[in-house]
Amino acid sequence: MRGYLIKRVLQGILLIVAVSMLVFSLLYMMPGNPVDMIVDRKVSVEKKAELAHEMGYDLPLPQQYVRWVKGIVVDHNFGNSTRYKVPVLDLLKDRIPRSLVLCGWSLLIEMLIALPIGLLCAIKKNSFFDRFTVVFTLILTAMPAFWLGALLILTFGVGLEILPISGYKGPEYLILPVFALVSASIAGTIRLTKAEVLEVLNEKYVTTATAKGLPKRTVMVKHVLRNALIIVTVQVFMSIPWLISGAVVIEKIFDIPGMGGLLLNSIIVQDFPVVQAVLLIVAALTVICNLISDLVIGILDPRIRISMGGGDK
Amino acid sequence: MKEALLSLEHLSIDYKIRGGYLSAVNDVSMDICQGEIFAVVGESGCGKSTVAHSIMRLLSGGNAKIEGKILFDGRDLMTCSEKEMEAVRGKEIGMIFQNPLDSLNPVYTVGNQVSEAIMLDRVDKQEAMRQAVKLFQDVKMPDAQERAGSFPHELSGGMRQRVMIAMMLSRHPRLLIADEPTTALDVTIEAQILEIIKELKEKNNTAILMITHNFGLVAEAADKIAVMYAGEVVESGDVFEIFENPMHPYTRLLMKALPRRTKREGRLETIDGSVPRILDKKPGCRFANRCPYASETCRSQTPGVTKVSETHRCRCFLVSDSSDRKGA
Repeated sequence: MRGYLIKRVLQGILLIVAVSMLVFSLLYMMPGNPVDMIVDRKVSVEKKAELAHEMGYDLPLPQQYVRWVKGIVVDHNFGNSTRYKVPVLDLLKDRIPRSLVLCGWSLLIEMLIALPIGLLCAIKKNSFFDRFTVVFTLILTAMPAFWLGALLILTFGVGLEILPISGYKGPEYLILPVFALVSASIAGTIRLTKAEVLEVLNEKYVTTATAKGLPKRTVMVKHVLRNALIIVTVQVFMSIPWLISGAVVIEKIFDIPGMGGLLLNSIIVQDFPVVQAVLLIVAALTVICNLISDLVIGILDPRIRISMGGGDK
Repeated sequence: MKEALLSLEHLSIDYKIRGGYLSAVNDVSMDICQGEIFAVVGESGCGKSTVAHSIMRLLSGGNAKIEGKILFDGRDLMTCSEKEMEAVRGKEIGMIFQNPLDSLNPVYTVGNQVSEAIMLDRVDKQEAMRQAVKLFQDVKMPDAQERAGSFPHELSGGMRQRVMIAMMLSRHPRLLIADEPTTALDVTIEAQILEIIKELKEKNNTAILMITHNFGLVAEAADKIAVMYAGEVVESGDVFEIFENPMHPYTRLLMKALPRRTKREGRLETIDGSVPRILDKKPGCRFANRCPYASETCRSQTPGVTKVSETHRCRCFLVSDSSDRKGA
């Protein structure tokens, strides 16, 4: 188990390094350069070169990369934002928690709704409830999150005037964004849960459990749901990075000052240090979520626990 | 004659499929008494497993249409509510399945899965675990104590089948249904499992319904047998009577298809063709298309059940005038 863990952590670190290089070089391939964005068009070429030199943009790319990495590892400094002229870390310090709160609530609410509905659909397959859910989730899948977000703002914010439409000053500001995020991803989770439960229902050990006289509810919870959850849990952890990227758009629509809004704005004004930092954090989160999901499967499924241990128990 | 513990009376099961009904079981009747091993023999797809599952009411949901009666201890299980069935399953009737590899839940230890059954009888957890280990010893599991903490995938096929047997014996059912209990196991393990089942019959007077395609197993263990073909019981009776004096052409062909002791006796006989899928019930004997003695009558009329002796029944037109067929 420990050997497996070390291997996975090392793989994760390698992946993050690779992503950081890619992110770093991609930005420099974009047309335009950061200096043009911060100074007026009338500033002379010499002055621009001087500025670029000051910020280190005139160095060869590999050297810039090394400087950047060194800054992060040694000084825990992601550099200064070219637009806000403050350390990137200060910008992120307030915004990361807001994004995490948004995504955390969305995930929690999604699970609380999707798991029971998926289970129910599988048990009562082809019932009215099941058919209704299938159609309903299909509609949800077809609705893009940004469109739904706009619709929500129109209905609850502008029309009914019962909920705030933008900004982030208290919990009520989260209701609409969370609703939009949950709607965007819940359909997949319901279908996955249903498909998994249906598959497990066909397993022979479910028949065995019934044959030994267990009540239906015990069979469902202890034998069916327990096994179906293995795949669902993995899927949930894997969807966290996806959720975060989905939140980028939602944050923009509801004007929540989180990581998403910051990322979008920074790309537009070519605020390289901020973009690099945010993408790096998302990459790290993805790797961490994958790692956690692997460990969780190991806990849920003893067959995998053993193959992880490479023989020992 | 002894009072039957389980009687199937004219049991018919049809599966609803696209464009009609598939007749899986047709007009099957049999009586199983306390303390006897009753074997149901037949090829794959002849409906023997369907019969076994229907007794436990384990056939999945809406697409099986069941007619007839399943009387257990005088009570018709077909009319029981789901709640009443829960009390019958495991407690009154236990069932061992064909493939021990996927019949155990991979995420729980085998001790847990057996004690889970025992705990249904209001036994506390520790006592249940203790009983489970005791059961493992009864089914001759090596290192019973330690094995109770193992997961199914850590055990061999034979050990898993022992776990299944221990699980189904844990609540002392009066009837044990063994659905091809040894098909997935090798011959030495098969003999040991059979020994356990026979011992069980001797010790607890349990009735055993054994579903198998293995005539050797039947000769070894069974008291009575029923030979099934395409959803019907073609011949049934005392095991000695059937082996001494098989009446139905299908039974005879099956026995000819048994391996002999030496190679000198020539190639193994086979029965040409395969079990037909009966889509809609038409008159005629279901074995007619493969039967070497089939006549026009066989194809146009459905044979009834003929009483050969008090305990021996056969479903064939040729049986009434069997005297001149004996040498065939």
